[in-house]
Amino acid sequence: MTAVRRVGGQAVSGCVAAAALLTAYPPDRLAAQDTSVVDRGVRVGIIYRPGVRPGMVLLPGRPAVLDSVRAIVARDLDYSDRFEMITLPGGDSIRLGAAASPARAPGRGRTGGGEAAGLNYPLFQALGADFAVALTQAADTTVVTLHDIAAGGVRREARKRLPPITSPDFRLAVHRLADQVLQASLGTPGVAATRLLFVMDGKVWQIDHDGADKKLVSSSDRQAMSPAWAADGRRFAYMEFWAGHGQLFVQDMATGKRAPVVTTGAALDFTPAFSPDGKTLAFSRAIEEGTDVYTVNLKDNCCLQRLTVGRFSDNLSPTYSPDGQRIAFVSTRAGLPQIYVMAADGTDQQLFAPFDYGVTGSSNAPEWSPDGQSVAFHRDVAGTLQVFVLDVRTRTVRQLTSVGRNEDPTWAPDSRHLCFVSDRSGYRQLWIIDLETGRIRPLLQQSGARLPAWSPRLPETAASTP
Amino acid sequence: MRRLPLLVLAGLAAATVAACGGNPPPAQPGPQANADSIAAAERARQDSIARAEADARAREEAERVARQRAADSLAAMGRTTEAVRTMLAAMIHFDFDKSNIRSGDAGTLDQKVGILQANPNLRIRISGHCDERGSDEYNLALGNRRATAAKQYLVSHGIEAGRIETVSYGEERPIAQGHDETAWAQNRRDEFEILSGGDALRQP
Repeated sequence: MTAVRRVGGQAVSGCVAAAALLTAYPPDRLAAQDTSVVDRGVRVGIIYRPGVRPGMVLLPGRPAVLDSVRAIVARDLDYSDRFEMITLPGGDSIRLGAAASPARAPGRGRTGGGEAAGLNYPLFQALGADFAVALTQAADTTVVTLHDIAAGGVRREARKRLPPITSPDFRLAVHRLADQVLQASLGTPGVAATRLLFVMDGKVWQIDHDGADKKLVSSSDRQAMSPAWAADGRRFAYMEFWAGHGQLFVQDMATGKRAPVVTTGAALDFTPAFSPDGKTLAFSRAIEEGTDVYTVNLKDNCCLQRLTVGRFSDNLSPTYSPDGQRIAFVSTRAGLPQIYVMAADGTDQQLFAPFDYGVTGSSNAPEWSPDGQSVAFHRDVAGTLQVFVLDVRTRTVRQLTSVGRNEDPTWAPDSRHLCFVSDRSGYRQLWIIDLETGRIRPLLQQSGARLPAWSPRLPETAASTP
Repeated sequence: MRRLPLLVLAGLAAATVAACGGNPPPAQPGPQANADSIAAAERARQDSIARAEADARAREEAERVARQRAADSLAAMGRTTEAVRTMLAAMIHFDFDKSNIRSGDAGTLDQKVGILQANPNLRIRISGHCDERGSDEYNLALGNRRATAAKQYLVSHGIEAGRIETVSYGEERPIAQGHDETAWAQNRRDEFEILSGGDALRQP
């Protein structure tokens, strides 16, 4: 594909302008995105303007051992939804590298990866590329070279000793390379090195953000629900059904070891949520009086605090603001469940997402975005659930989905991607939508996955399960 | 012949008796009195055999009846317990996103009140369930309300609260797998399960 594209630099500002343009649209414009049957990689509904995103070329090359690395990086860059990925005409068969125009190369860039140095920049510019990435191997080190096409030189070169392809850490290490490319080219951190937890057949699973490497992480045979990450990406909490009650656990990602949170023996505890500093766990507890939001000190496993007193209403599904100051939650105090907010100590409870009494359907499953600006949730619209986003500052909501049933949204660390459960393909599975472009893709082609939780950017160590 | 009634008396032992009866030789010339005394002795012997056999049969019959009575009584008790258990396990159902007891289900709960009153050692657990339409996590709260609603009904009718546990499974344990109102209506329910004291239940 050689897209007809604007020629020239200012890619970053172009992207920012596009983002500004999109956010300036009235809400109904964005709500109208999700109106057609979609397939993998197909953009829906958006008025797509070629050229607003910088063009990115991942250069073909040797050695073959890097093919899988190249494939993962290419997909990561594509899934970032921040680039126009440009496929070279003829694939690998046409040499576009130094050989095509050796005279231009000297003085430009360093010989980081041998053949990657010195590109025919005008040719790439004509193809619409703003950046080109070369992956080469120097001894046991993988070299990533980022070419700035407009500037006509190498912008950044990174060297990384990747774990062997058989290592459980391999893919995450490659995802980090892709995030480095994003950081070096656009100055923004990526979400390639993230994973999602979800529930399927009553077990908690993890999966890379690109849909690969699905692994079982819960070790027990009991039915599990509601996995939730700690902000450090090293632990997660979840709920398990025990005889007559719901038990919360915190599990270490690296060791797989888990510990019960509060042992009361009788209460049904569910929907755990870590405070951003990781010291407190908020959760819902259902007793005969009703369901209310509680917190517990995780470090000492003590100091149970009740934040809401429902009596004749239920209060549940807490989610912290990223500064830890506030908690959004669900309350049935007005009849149907709706989204409310309170200070983290339980004071100052008020309505968060506006609704029309007697008209608006039930609203549930709020999750505060990592940038603090939005709360995603789902709402019953004409008998089926749809994903909505609340703007925290203006307290306005917009409907994001309209195809099929869509529920339980969870934010990527970039606060522009959401994963949610949808039956748009005929069965319930996990999908990812980019709020900026409206692009939507399935995370995994498997029925029954639900209750997703997107990780923060995962730390270098202790991120993998044994 | 006097031997004939004897044979009738002997009943099922006729074969034996007849064999014995066939042994005495026909009337022979000889002292008459002696022959008579031999015949009398023989009759007495026959009578005692028949009596012993009748006694044994009677004893066997009595034992059989006793055994049958015991078995019948156990079976009856078992049948009662089973019937009470079935009554106790009868589910109640709810409207969509509601946790109030339907008027039609009050009778079902009244039966449980009677059972709990007739069996003071009985402890139960009520689990609330939902259909798949609502939110997965909200349904845990809704199921909790449904279980609690039934418990409150029982408690308001005099059952001690400590004998009833409640739990919610939300929509996690459907009994009907379909995706239509028929299945949903079945899944919006309370289940009643015996925790203890349910080995031998009395009828209310």
